Amino acid sequence: MSSSSAALQERSGAARETPVLVVDDLRTQIHTPHGDVQAVDGISFTLGRGETLGVVGESGSGKSVLGRTIMGLYTTGPTMTVTGRVLIAGKDVHALSASELRELWGGDVGMVFQDPMTALNPVKKVGVHLTESLRKRRGMNRPQAKARAAELLALVGIPEPRRRLDQYPHELSGGMRQRVVIAMALANEPALLIADEPTTALDVTVQRQILDLLARLQDELGMAIMLISHNLGVVAGRADRVAVMYAGRVVETADAAALFDAPHHPYTEALLEAIPRLHQPPHVRLAAIDGAPPNMVAPPVGCRFAPRCRYAQPDCTEAPPSLDPAMANGVVTPGHSFACYHPVNAGGQ
Amino acid sequence: MSEMTQVSTPPAYGQAVDAAVAPAPMQDPRRSRSLWAGVVLTALGIVTVAIGVAGLRGANGWLQLAVVVAGLALTHVGAGRLLRHRFGAGFDLTSWLSAIWLVLLVLAALLAPVLPLGEHEDIASTLSAPVFARPDLLSEYPLGTNNFGLDLLARVLYGARASLVVALGAVAMGLVIGAALGIVSGFFRKTTDAVIGIFTNSLLAVPPLILLIALATVLEPSLRNLAFALSLLALPSIVRMARASTLTFVQREFVLAARAMGASRLRIMTRELLPNVMLPLLSYAMVMISVLIVAEASLSFLGLGIQPPDPSWGNMIAEGEGNAFEEHPHIVLVPGVVLFLTVFSLNLLGEKARKRFDPRQAKL
Repeated sequence: MSSSSAALQERSGAARETPVLVVDDLRTQIHTPHGDVQAVDGISFTLGRGETLGVVGESGSGKSVLGRTIMGLYTTGPTMTVTGRVLIAGKDVHALSASELRELWGGDVGMVFQDPMTALNPVKKVGVHLTESLRKRRGMNRPQAKARAAELLALVGIPEPRRRLDQYPHELSGGMRQRVVIAMALANEPALLIADEPTTALDVTVQRQILDLLARLQDELGMAIMLISHNLGVVAGRADRVAVMYAGRVVETADAAALFDAPHHPYTEALLEAIPRLHQPPHVRLAAIDGAPPNMVAPPVGCRFAPRCRYAQPDCTEAPPSLDPAMANGVVTPGHSFACYHPVNAGGQ
Repeated sequence: MSEMTQVSTPPAYGQAVDAAVAPAPMQDPRRSRSLWAGVVLTALGIVTVAIGVAGLRGANGWLQLAVVVAGLALTHVGAGRLLRHRFGAGFDLTSWLSAIWLVLLVLAALLAPVLPLGEHEDIASTLSAPVFARPDLLSEYPLGTNNFGLDLLARVLYGARASLVVALGAVAMGLVIGAALGIVSGFFRKTTDAVIGIFTNSLLAVPPLILLIALATVLEPSLRNLAFALSLLALPSIVRMARASTLTFVQREFVLAARAMGASRLRIMTRELLPNVMLPLLSYAMVMISVLIVAEASLSFLGLGIQPPDPSWGNMIAEGEGNAFEEHPHIVLVPGVVLFLTVFSLNLLGEKARKRFDPRQAKL
């Protein structure tokens, strides 16, 4: 366990051609009346074309702030300070002017929001939601934009798209609305789609349809997806790589299969154990992680998970562990890193 | 059993009753009794009104008024029962009457120049007309005449033109400016919000009537200036409402979604926020119109609004000063009742609209 801290970034960056998204030592500090909160604390990764990164963590771990900081929706201002670099399709998001940023949002990057009930304007027709940006960005006229909007609705699997264009959001079901939100994000064929808990507000069968839809669209359009979720089950099988976040930091990242197979960080292990399973005998107490995420105004010194960790040792509270590559039998496992002094499932160490 | 026979026997009331009862012969006895009460009350009311208008033509005016009012009240109760029987228990006769009153008033005000009305402002042409004629619906002057022999019906309708134009104009101005200021201050917060807040709070701090009197002394008393002065009265509350609902809507995800799609701030304010903010404002505007009609009447009453030979409800009421009201009460009662009915109708309907569109009571 003695290797460079930027190992993660180097390895995954080398994997494919020009990456769609490069995040380098990103830090977002939110100023609150109670003190400064380090919501995102030194995160680095890259994402190539057609790749999916799953970002997992419990509420308050900084996932959504990470997503919005990458979008450039959160920038340095009176309420927060952002440092580090984000490159989307080669453009430094936090160095762009306001109008260049709007250009980027309409084009290179799209975002899908958590709650389709509030992500659509209740007094605007579905068609208007879609055609507005098409007419503005692409200079389409009204019938062209309408035709394209109908195409987009068909693309996201909405039946009778022509008729839906003239309906209001409240006339659609939750799943349909989320499809509309996805269609909006796809309107200008973005290279990167940030999906911030896209299925949390939906019931399970619809969740699956939406995730299948995202996977199909990724195949067809070749975009990179950053899939943010608090649910490991949502990310499993959908993401190529998974990053587990805790208290603003990535505590473990690996190829999805490797992570689910042999998690090294106790937090990942605990999250996996907390997934309820159908084959469990009935009336068994569900596994949970004791305690709550730390107060981020004054996070614990050392490993931030230590106070809740069942394997914690005295050295865990002295200095924060760095994100180092995993070793198996003395050989570095490619793509797998974790930040822990006392990892689980670490056979050869 | 007795009710059944009762329903089928009297032939005097004709087919209308039969048609109402026929589709459901096994009626709840209480319902058909209420129907009968409705028919009787309505008939009694209409007869009483007729007696009041025609039968007591020469009698004491107060007695005549009392009889007509009693007749109208009876008709209202009876007709309410009949219509509830016909259209179900949810039928609200008073709201319908309010709407009908407003529609008639607006139509009559619009068409006043082409209606066969008496003279409303030219004193020279009414030299031979009776002065202080009592209201008599069957005479040439249905609502009577004033001290110059001018026809009160005509004056009330021309006065409605002034009142409605001023109130509607003021509310329209208030809505446009108030919604814009409210959305801007709710959207940008910080300094913008503080500046607009100081402006609205200082408007609120001045007593409204004193503000109006001050403005009326400075400005020429024209319809446009009156509307402007009254819009200042409506402005602070509209700004506050617009700001408050902007604050709630700006946190919704669709605003963030619009930003994430590259919408500019102006676009977010006009396309995302304005339609949402406007809905509660419009229902509030209805109540505001009635407040401003009263405010305009107060100004004209004080002689600061519309200037006398031009009629307005306020300056018509002011004509009752001195002994005129004691000797000829209709001079004050006619414009007063019209003002009352208009304000009452607007409030009733505005309250209904508010209940329907209030975001706090909206069923999501």
